[in-house]
Amino acid sequence: MRLDWFPLWLSLEVATAATLISLALGLWIAWLLANRDFAGKSAVDVISTLPLALPPTVLGYYLLVVIGRSSWIGRVWEAVAGSPLVFTWRAAVIASTLHAIPLLIKSSRAALESVDIACERAARSLGASEWRLFWRVSLPLARRPIAAATVLAFARSLGDFGATLMIAGDIPGRTQTAAIAIYDAVESGNTMTARVLVIVISILTASIVLLANRLEKRRCGY
Amino acid sequence: MLRVTIGKTFPAGPESAAFKLEIEFEAAPGVTVLYGPSGSGKTLTLDSIAGFVAPDSGRILLNDRILFDSGARVHLPPRDRQCGYVFQNYALFPHMTVRANLAFAANRLPRLERHRRIAELLDRFRIADLAGRFPHELSGGQKQRASIARSLIASPDALLLDEPANGLDASLRSDLHSLIREIRQSLAIPILLVTHNPEECFALADQVLVYDAGTILRRAAPLELLRNPGTHDVARLLGGFNIYEAEVIALNPGRQTSRVRVLNTEIDGPHLRGCFLGDQVALCARPEELRIATSPGANRIRADLSHALDRAQCIRADFGDELVADTSRSEWLALKEAGERDGWWVEIPAANLRQISRALRNARK
Repeated sequence: MRLDWFPLWLSLEVATAATLISLALGLWIAWLLANRDFAGKSAVDVISTLPLALPPTVLGYYLLVVIGRSSWIGRVWEAVAGSPLVFTWRAAVIASTLHAIPLLIKSSRAALESVDIACERAARSLGASEWRLFWRVSLPLARRPIAAATVLAFARSLGDFGATLMIAGDIPGRTQTAAIAIYDAVESGNTMTARVLVIVISILTASIVLLANRLEKRRCGY
Repeated sequence: MLRVTIGKTFPAGPESAAFKLEIEFEAAPGVTVLYGPSGSGKTLTLDSIAGFVAPDSGRILLNDRILFDSGARVHLPPRDRQCGYVFQNYALFPHMTVRANLAFAANRLPRLERHRRIAELLDRFRIADLAGRFPHELSGGQKQRASIARSLIASPDALLLDEPANGLDASLRSDLHSLIREIRQSLAIPILLVTHNPEECFALADQVLVYDAGTILRRAAPLELLRNPGTHDVARLLGGFNIYEAEVIALNPGRQTSRVRVLNTEIDGPHLRGCFLGDQVALCARPEELRIATSPGANRIRADLSHALDRAQCIRADFGDELVADTSRSEWLALKEAGERDGWWVEIPAANLRQISRALRNARK
C-alpha cells in the first residue's frame, strides 16, 4: 500500500510556524518578566504557564471560545479573509503555538535572568537603549539555553494532539497532523501506517532532544 | 561638580536587616574616595548616581544637570546620565573582543569620530595589541584597563569606580593607582572611588568620605583625616590608630596643655575641648608618632614588647594595650639590645595626642 506522507509534512510545517511565533512572542514576554516590574506581572506569569498544566482539550475548548466562528476574533477573521479560521492549518498553528510557548517563556526567562546583571548595567550606563541591550548583550549571552528551549519547543509543538484536534479537526489532507494521523490509523486498524509514523516521529524527536542537550551543555563557552 | 543629597530606606527582609542610607556630599573634579566597611552604603551611593537604583528622596546634580530629583519626579535612565561606571568584576561583555567592547560604548559618537576615539583609548590604556582578544583571554590588570577605557569612551561627566583594586596583586594595584592619577590629571571630572582599603584611600584621594552604616561620618582631605580623625568611630574605621581612654587630671587652658592618665600613667596631654577635671575622654595617636625608648622619661609609659613585625617601610613594634609604634629598621637594631636588657618605654608626645570624643562626665564616679 502507498503511505500518505502528508500528515508528517503538515506537522513539520505547523511546528516550524508555531516555533517561530512562540520564539518571537515568548522572548518578548520572557524579557518583560525578567526585566520589568509591571501591574499584572504575576497574572502574566500564571497565564503563560497554564498551557503547560491544563489538559489539552481544555486548552482547545478555550481556543474554540476565543477564535471560533461565533467569537469576535473568528467573525472579524471571516469577514476579512472570507473563510473561517477554525478547522484550517492556521488553527493548528495557533494550537501548537499555545502548546509550545510556556516552555519557551520559562526557559528564556531563566536564561535572561541568569545574564550577569553587571553586564546589563554596564550596557545601560554606556548609553545603550533597552532594544540594543537586548540584541547585543542579553540575547547573545543567553543564546544557548534559549536555543535549546526553542528546539524543545519545536518538539513539543510537533506532538500536540488534543488542542489541535479540537480547533483544527481531523480533516485528512487538510488538517490531519502526524499525531492525529497515528490515532486515526490505529483506530481504523491500519497498523502499518501507524508504525511507520511512530518510528519516524520517535527518531525525529530523539534527535531533537539530543540537539537540545548538546546546545545546553556547551553554554559555558567563554 | 557632583552634588548628591539622597535618602533610601530598605525595610528588614527575611534575610537582611533594615538599612537606611542618608547622605549628602559634593565632589569637585578630582578623586573622591568613598571609604568604609562593607555594607555601609558606598556601592549603593554609586548605583544611585549611575541610575541603577532610585533613591526615595533627595537630589543628584551633575554639572547642573539634574540626574535625580524626588520632588520633581526626575529619574534619568542610566543611559542618559553620562556616568562612566567601572564594575567590581569589570563587566566586560564576554562575547565581544576588546575592540568591540569599546565600540559598543562609542555607538553614540559620530561615525568618523568613533574609530579615532577607540584607537586613542586603546593606545592610551596600552591595550592596542589586545584589541582582538576576548575578555577571557586577558589578565586581571588588562581587563581592568579595558574596562576603564570602555567607561571613558563617551567622555563621561563623572567616573565611578567600584572597588577597582579588588583581586589585583600589589604591583597591579600600584599600576592601577598610577592609572587613576593619570586620569585625574587629564580629565577634569569627579572620580568617585569605592574602597575599604585605607592605603588606597590615602594614596589616591583628594577628599575622603568616611562611611558607616548608611551615613557619612566625615568628609575631609586625607592628610587632615590622618592628622585629626575627629571622632572615635572615624579613627576606628580608618584603622591603625592607637586609641586611649584618658582621665583628665589637670587642665592648663592658658598654655593649651593638660595632664591625663593613660594606661595608668600620668602624662602631658594636648588642649582638651570642653573637659573638666575627672572627665573621661578618648585620645588617639598614630604608630609613627610614638617613640620607642629604653629608659624612663617624660610622657614615657613602661611597656612589655609583645612582638615586632617587619613591614615594607618600617618595623612595627607591638607593646599591647594600644601601644603600637613604628620605627625605622636601623633605629630598631640600635634599640633592640638595650630594650631587651633594660626594659621598654613608649613615649607619646603630647602634641600627637588628639582628642576624638567629647568628655564623658564623671564616668568613673
